[in-house]
Amino acid sequence: MTTRTAAPERLRPVRRTRTTNTRRRESLTALGMATPAVVLLIVFLVVPVALAFALAFTDARLISPTPARFVGLRNFTRLFEDPVFYKSLRNTAYFAAVVVPLQAGLALVLALLVNAKVRGVNFFRTVYFLPVVTSMVVVSLLWTFLYRKDGLVNHVISTLTLGHFQGPDWLGDPATAMPAIILMSVWQGVGFHMIIWLAGLQTIPAELYEAAEIDGATPWHRFCHVTWPGLRATRTFVLVTITIAAFSLFTQIRVMTQGGPLDSTTTVVYQAVRTGYDQQQTAYAAAISLIFFVLVLTVSLVQRFLTREKD
Amino acid sequence: MVFRKRRLALASVAAAAATALVAGCASGTGGSSSGASGDTLTLWTHNAGNSAELDVVKKIIKDFNESQDTYTVELQSFPQADYNNSVVAAASARKLPCLLDVDGPNVANWAWGGYLAPIDVTGSEVPVEDQLASTVGTYKDQLYSFGFYDVSLAFFARKSVLDEHGIRIPTMDKPWTRSEFDTALAELKKSGEFDYPLEMGTGGSGEWWPYAYSPQLQSFGGDLIDRNGYKAASGILDGKESVEWGNWFRSLVTKGYMAKKSGADPNKDFLAGKSAIQWDGSWNAAKNAGKLGDDLAIIPPVDFGNGPKIGGSSWQWAMSSTCSNKDGAQEWLKFSRQTKYFVDYAQATSTIPATDAAAQQIADYQPGGMFEELVQFAREYATVRPVTPAYPYISTEFQKAAQDILAGADPEDALGQAAKNIDNNLKTNNNYAG
Repeated sequence: MTTRTAAPERLRPVRRTRTTNTRRRESLTALGMATPAVVLLIVFLVVPVALAFALAFTDARLISPTPARFVGLRNFTRLFEDPVFYKSLRNTAYFAAVVVPLQAGLALVLALLVNAKVRGVNFFRTVYFLPVVTSMVVVSLLWTFLYRKDGLVNHVISTLTLGHFQGPDWLGDPATAMPAIILMSVWQGVGFHMIIWLAGLQTIPAELYEAAEIDGATPWHRFCHVTWPGLRATRTFVLVTITIAAFSLFTQIRVMTQGGPLDSTTTVVYQAVRTGYDQQQTAYAAAISLIFFVLVLTVSLVQRFLTREKD
Repeated sequence: MVFRKRRLALASVAAAAATALVAGCASGTGGSSSGASGDTLTLWTHNAGNSAELDVVKKIIKDFNESQDTYTVELQSFPQADYNNSVVAAASARKLPCLLDVDGPNVANWAWGGYLAPIDVTGSEVPVEDQLASTVGTYKDQLYSFGFYDVSLAFFARKSVLDEHGIRIPTMDKPWTRSEFDTALAELKKSGEFDYPLEMGTGGSGEWWPYAYSPQLQSFGGDLIDRNGYKAASGILDGKESVEWGNWFRSLVTKGYMAKKSGADPNKDFLAGKSAIQWDGSWNAAKNAGKLGDDLAIIPPVDFGNGPKIGGSSWQWAMSSTCSNKDGAQEWLKFSRQTKYFVDYAQATSTIPATDAAAQQIADYQPGGMFEELVQFAREYATVRPVTPAYPYISTEFQKAAQDILAGADPEDALGQAAKNIDNNLKTNNNYAG
């Protein structure tokens, strides 16, 4: 009974500061919701990055009875004298330079195709997207068999040319190993970016197309003046995500070629993992990762600058 | 005022949570002993998926647990591919089990890194002195591990095929010489019956490369590192003899004797008659004999100038340094050293028993037995991989150099770079002192 009478008494001042209170509760809720993500980010992103920064200047090893010592820039000087590191850099750049335009372009073409309003379009969307949901390790193993000297790819080549042309040992030849991996990676990844483009395409209002059609625009004009400008934001997103994914090329290399033959497929991330785990040189691997971080950051910033809103 | 206090409280809760989180992480590295809770000891093995060997381990554990009331050993098995990484990760977190197995060439590295504790198995049924030298792991004159078996490398061929092409079947008294071997390969290649007359498992990966090919390098007179003090690879790994090995190794591919990258199952290809001579481990001897019967020739390694050589050392048992119940762990190790278990291992896995006493109980390995030669190979030709904590590094560098040579790199450059990298690694690690 007493509470009943007391309640309005206590409610009154609360009602007066309602906005502050609601806001406080809201920010508490927000904080609560953000906490898991923030904790995960700190533990799995901020801490490792900070550790990599610190470790790169020490002589830490995966197995060692002695604690890590500060060694200054030794890891970096060693890195810049390492011929494999330059090959890794070159291969990574090569992979990105080919994959980014190829995959983005192909994905856009596919997106335009499956955006058409025809029967069975969902079937094709699924077909193109299937490789994306398959694990990269599985895909890599599968393609390793396809690429063998007596594998399916060479059988097809031989059959199509009526036996006049024998395909090379795709992954065993320094000249064809990287192109073979590029082809497979594009095949695997193109579906994902097709979906992104597709999402972008569907944000473009249909009225614009109708208007263009009434104005007598050809399909090519419609693409140049309606579709392409309409995909502005999507374009930036696709560009940045493909570039970053291309730079972190690792799984395919680990499974298919281990960086060989003759370092023709080694990449920066592969070299970092090999150095850090197989060769137990944690600090040296941290130095490689640090360089990689700077590299990706620079390229992303340049891309952000080039694709910025110019108005 | 109230508001500010609340915020302070909130901040302190957050700070406390963060501290707890960090402390939680730290406690993983802070604990100094593990691997046993009371008298229950954990044992790790790399044998998941290899039921033949795993069954023997299980049997020893069962017998041990039933033989006394004090200790209980519990088994955890890992797939071989992930085993070393699991151990390294567990060691960094100081969560190693009391008992674990270790690949022979890694013993020095793990002992140096402080993962393993020296063991004392005096008073067990089988004395350590009775074992094949390659089945015992020592570092700095202390015993760290022992294995129940070793494996041996050998050439396998069909007698009928060799006879048909007029190739002498070599014996341990008179192994093939380099020129004899090259002539034999040329002869077999010329016959056109084989895509590649020689099969050396070049499609393999990891430790197979140093295990299979560094003995050939040693037979040429080269080595992975200067074994006198283990302080330099330059001058040895890229020395004249080593480069000569590299040229020979490369020539196998350029002359079409051997595939640059062999198929997924080299032994299957050999048994199917796709290749004439196979360089393989003794683990396939029983399978080959089953298929080929008396036609199977078990051939000693080629003498490239410095005597025939094969790799030595396989998986061995050890005790972790963080084990909180070392007495119990040693009890298990001692208990396991019974001749019957040496016999069980060898029979279950087609490997070479580590002691003569065990070999005498297995018909195939007895003097006059079908695989007696393999025991002799292990005894006469086995060269252990360099016993230095640098070995895992050396192994990766040799593997890369050998693969590059097969892919067409100049042997002098490839071995030179490997030697330089190893020297660099030794230098930055103060030659693994301490």
